[in-house]
Amino acid sequence: MSARPKVPTQGPKPPFWRDPAKRALVFQLLLVAGVAAFLLTIIGNTQANLAARGITTGFGFLNDTAGFGIVQTLIDYSSQSTYGRTFVVGLLNTLLVGGLGVLAATIVGFIVGIARLSPNWLISRLANGYIEIFRNIPLLLQIFFWYFAVLRAMPSARDSMSFGEVIFLNVRGLYLPQPLFESGFGLIPLAFVVAIVASIALTIWNKRRHEATGKRLPAGWISLALIVGLPLGVLVVTGVPVTWEVPELRGFNFRGGITVIPEFLALWLALSIYTASFIAEIVRSGIQAISHGQTEAAQALSLPQGLVLRLVVIPQALRVIIPPLTSQYLNLIKNSSLATAIGYPDLVSVFAGTTLNQTGQAIEVIAMTMAVYLTISLLVSMFMNWFNARVALVER
Amino acid sequence: MSYKNNKLVMLTSVAALVLGASATTQAATLDDTRERGVVQCGVSDGLPGFSAPDDQGEWQGIDVEVCRAVAAAVFGDAEAVRYVPLNAVERFTALQSGEVDVLSRNTTWTTTRDTTLGLNFAGVTFYDGQGFMVSKDLGVSSVEELDGAAICIQAGTTTELNVADYFRAHDMQFDPIVFDTSEQTVGGFEAGRCDVLTSDTSQLAALRIQLSDPDNAMILPEVISKEPLGPVVRQGDDQWFNIVKWSLFAMLNAEELGISSDNVDEMLNSENPNVARLLGQDSNFGEGMGLSADWAYNIISQVGNYAEIYDRNVGMDSPLQIERGINELWNNGGIQYAPPVR
Amino acid sequence: MIHNRTMIEARPAPSGTIGPIAWLRANLFSGPINSIFTLLGLYLLYVLLMPTIQWALINADWIGTSREDCSRTGACWVFINARIGQFIYGLYPGSEIWRVNLTFVTFAALIAWLAIPRLPFKHWVAAVALLGFPLFAYFLLYGGHFGLDVVETHRWGGLMLTLVLAVVGMVAALPIGVLLALGRRSHMPIVKSFCVVFIEFWRGVPLITVLFMASVMLPLFMPTGVSVDRLVRALIGITLFQSAYMAEVVRGGLQAIPRGQEEAAAALGMNYWKRMGLIVLPQALKMMIPGIVNTFISLFKDTTLVMIIGLFDLLGIVQAALSDSRWLGFSLEGYIFAGLMFWIFCFSMSRYSQYLERKLHTGHKR
Repeated sequence: MSARPKVPTQGPKPPFWRDPAKRALVFQLLLVAGVAAFLLTIIGNTQANLAARGITTGFGFLNDTAGFGIVQTLIDYSSQSTYGRTFVVGLLNTLLVGGLGVLAATIVGFIVGIARLSPNWLISRLANGYIEIFRNIPLLLQIFFWYFAVLRAMPSARDSMSFGEVIFLNVRGLYLPQPLFESGFGLIPLAFVVAIVASIALTIWNKRRHEATGKRLPAGWISLALIVGLPLGVLVVTGVPVTWEVPELRGFNFRGGITVIPEFLALWLALSIYTASFIAEIVRSGIQAISHGQTEAAQALSLPQGLVLRLVVIPQALRVIIPPLTSQYLNLIKNSSLATAIGYPDLVSVFAGTTLNQTGQAIEVIAMTMAVYLTISLLVSMFMNWFNARVALVER
Repeated sequence: MSYKNNKLVMLTSVAALVLGASATTQAATLDDTRERGVVQCGVSDGLPGFSAPDDQGEWQGIDVEVCRAVAAAVFGDAEAVRYVPLNAVERFTALQSGEVDVLSRNTTWTTTRDTTLGLNFAGVTFYDGQGFMVSKDLGVSSVEELDGAAICIQAGTTTELNVADYFRAHDMQFDPIVFDTSEQTVGGFEAGRCDVLTSDTSQLAALRIQLSDPDNAMILPEVISKEPLGPVVRQGDDQWFNIVKWSLFAMLNAEELGISSDNVDEMLNSENPNVARLLGQDSNFGEGMGLSADWAYNIISQVGNYAEIYDRNVGMDSPLQIERGINELWNNGGIQYAPPVR
Repeated sequence: MIHNRTMIEARPAPSGTIGPIAWLRANLFSGPINSIFTLLGLYLLYVLLMPTIQWALINADWIGTSREDCSRTGACWVFINARIGQFIYGLYPGSEIWRVNLTFVTFAALIAWLAIPRLPFKHWVAAVALLGFPLFAYFLLYGGHFGLDVVETHRWGGLMLTLVLAVVGMVAALPIGVLLALGRRSHMPIVKSFCVVFIEFWRGVPLITVLFMASVMLPLFMPTGVSVDRLVRALIGITLFQSAYMAEVVRGGLQAIPRGQEEAAAALGMNYWKRMGLIVLPQALKMMIPGIVNTFISLFKDTTLVMIIGLFDLLGIVQAALSDSRWLGFSLEGYIFAGLMFWIFCFSMSRYSQYLERKLHTGHKR
């Protein structure tokens, strides 16, 4: 340990087991040897077991035909596709529910967290009730609740709930109209991109102008109007090169349009609601961590309440909020693996479930699955560290 | 410097030593089983008629009877079994790793399982095929009319593959709704999550009686696959393989020779040389398997012949009411055929 | 010079600032926007609560033994009544249930002793709870000694299994977590990187894959012929997973102790283990208790995942009971019961941890 003071040099040289540096070296070598021995034993055992039982190994199975169907695929997939493709399908489904879950959880979490601090007693109590109820019940139970108790109570396909005859909800899922793009549609994403770039430019310009002159435009609203309005405007001007495919009941099920399967709905709802209760607590404590002096000083400058929040409290609170927020995002993505309990075809369900079972190659499949989650974890925490560093730069 | 890693090192090396030392040569399953005093038998985690615990928590079903037969052959005591309920995902690993000695869990005999998983199928307890169950409200009378249907399937089974093949071959579309357990599958069907429930026809019969309104569900006539279900053992232990295989054959031969649990004691005096050989009266066929001469007598007196276990668990004396059909003996129009004891 | 030596009577506050009306005005109707929010909130409460109370209490059936006793429109709590034994004890044999009860009572007594601040001999009780109790519980629950029949682990289930998984996972993970946290702060590069990799690995993967690994792969790692009970396999997985989270809690506690403490101890000539064991850890442990309780809460909730590998914890057994053909269609009741059980445990623990946090942080907070 470096904290230990140096031994005086005079006198007989101490025996090597009293020399910290040498002792450290010996211990570390022993540790390496121990870990290596442990790993080698395990590898040896596994190889012996696999050989003794005649189990096939290697990643060759990834090129074999999978032979089973998957209900929700973001890329082309049929039962003739390979096991390797089931991996990609599962991964994309995991990312889909993870991404949308992060989005919804953040929005709900911030709203509830701020409501928790509302001066309105009732609103604050309601927010508190939400937090205390949802974060103290296991996520798996909540998933079951949404899936087996709520979505199972929906009407059958023939008596679907209908919203304006274009959106349908029944026990098989949520059916949305799907936009079908015609030629000339490319302009709309272009307009979208232009609007986003313009908004960013506007925000930067507005900030500079604000710092220089003290005048500011409501840049947020203008940006929103741009991002929504510009693509819509282009849509109208170019004569709407898009038609909507409305789902309709044909045979057993609704056909056409976009189908959101109930497994997805249940998982997404449960993940978002559960994680939002944690995010709300993080937001609350983040805002509360800002010293009252900050708020009072801002009020003394007669900033309106909205600007006190936007310019003084939230930028500082974000520094406190972001690190725990990151780990909640990671938790959400990891928790999406509970999909397997209700059969949403995510990575664990499709790949570590069905594929593992059909091929029997447990080690390869589990290792690949774990590697994916590790990579996602590392990427998200790297991104968040970068973001964190940027936010922290504001500090003097 | 710290002693902390010293501890770690000690722990890991001790662990390595323990593991290393115990990695002895593979002992014969029969010896292990004898030493333990019970047969460890992997069964399904709840499928009425095949293996499910009854109200008292006792395991019942035709798969369970196979375990009991093996125990009767080995120990002369059909109750010397420890049941390990396994789900579809765990079942092969549990057998490969030695957690169970025999897997009797309505498992279909396929090439992959027989060759690349290191398993051996010891025989067929039940010849089955995949069928479809629909609600009568749907107004469907054939699988051909199921284009576009949502189908509930249990994950990791051969049925998952068969249904994909069948629909592709007939150029039809379907939505696979996959569940982990048979309970969830039937729950999904009941709630209307899917139009069709597919599984082995015997399982469909078992699942149908679990519905709240069994009369409203019907099983379609088509059978789209071959599903020979039987007990499985690890590769590499021929003696144990033989014991399981012949425990099953003993029950089939007993039915063929007219020996049942009721008359087995009278049959000990039978003039029929086939009966005498099976019951170990004038020869010892148990010896070749490391068993006693009365191995088959123990099976028949304590468990029964094939007809008895069939009727009791899945046949006419059970709630499932499945006809013998192809599971009749070969001389009765079925395909159950056991090699002779000779 | 003082004219009047008597104090003036305290006058009541102005009537506009006290009383229920003023409270309402200040807290619920302080402005037009706030009033709208209040009304919306009231409406939301009404919409959510009224049908729930109607269903769960007023129109519910409470007494009976079978499905036929549930004739009313509300909830059928008869279902829970009929199954309560299974939900708590799993398939534990009826004649042996006293063993589970005795374990529960002992456990509750130990925890209560530790949680109530005034009671003495905390250290001894803690030592008993951490070292003696697990052995006691093992002999009592599993049996096989002292004339008790063996109860195989596959008969364990329900709330009992949930508690066993959570408590054992916690007790086993704590020492490993402490070692990992110390290792992560170590100056020896190999020890440090080993601990970092170990911690980050287990924190980066979902518990469910860990459980899959424990149930499907662990048997392949073992020497031929060695088989491990599936409950023990799940426990190994949970412990490894939990120890990584515990290590981070411990690290947080260690970081809160000023370096001077360790340096002062070093100056007195203490070696590493004495410095840690006598100076740093006892102080850090106190700081860590809220974190440990919070980790325990999440572990307690995470134990529900074992049902995916085929163990019947509280949620698993409720889920299994729901598919009983005699009791189909009562999933809402089942989930609400399980949810309530988990909620009571988790909520009281989180309240306790908040109380501790307030007790430990006596800073100037507004």
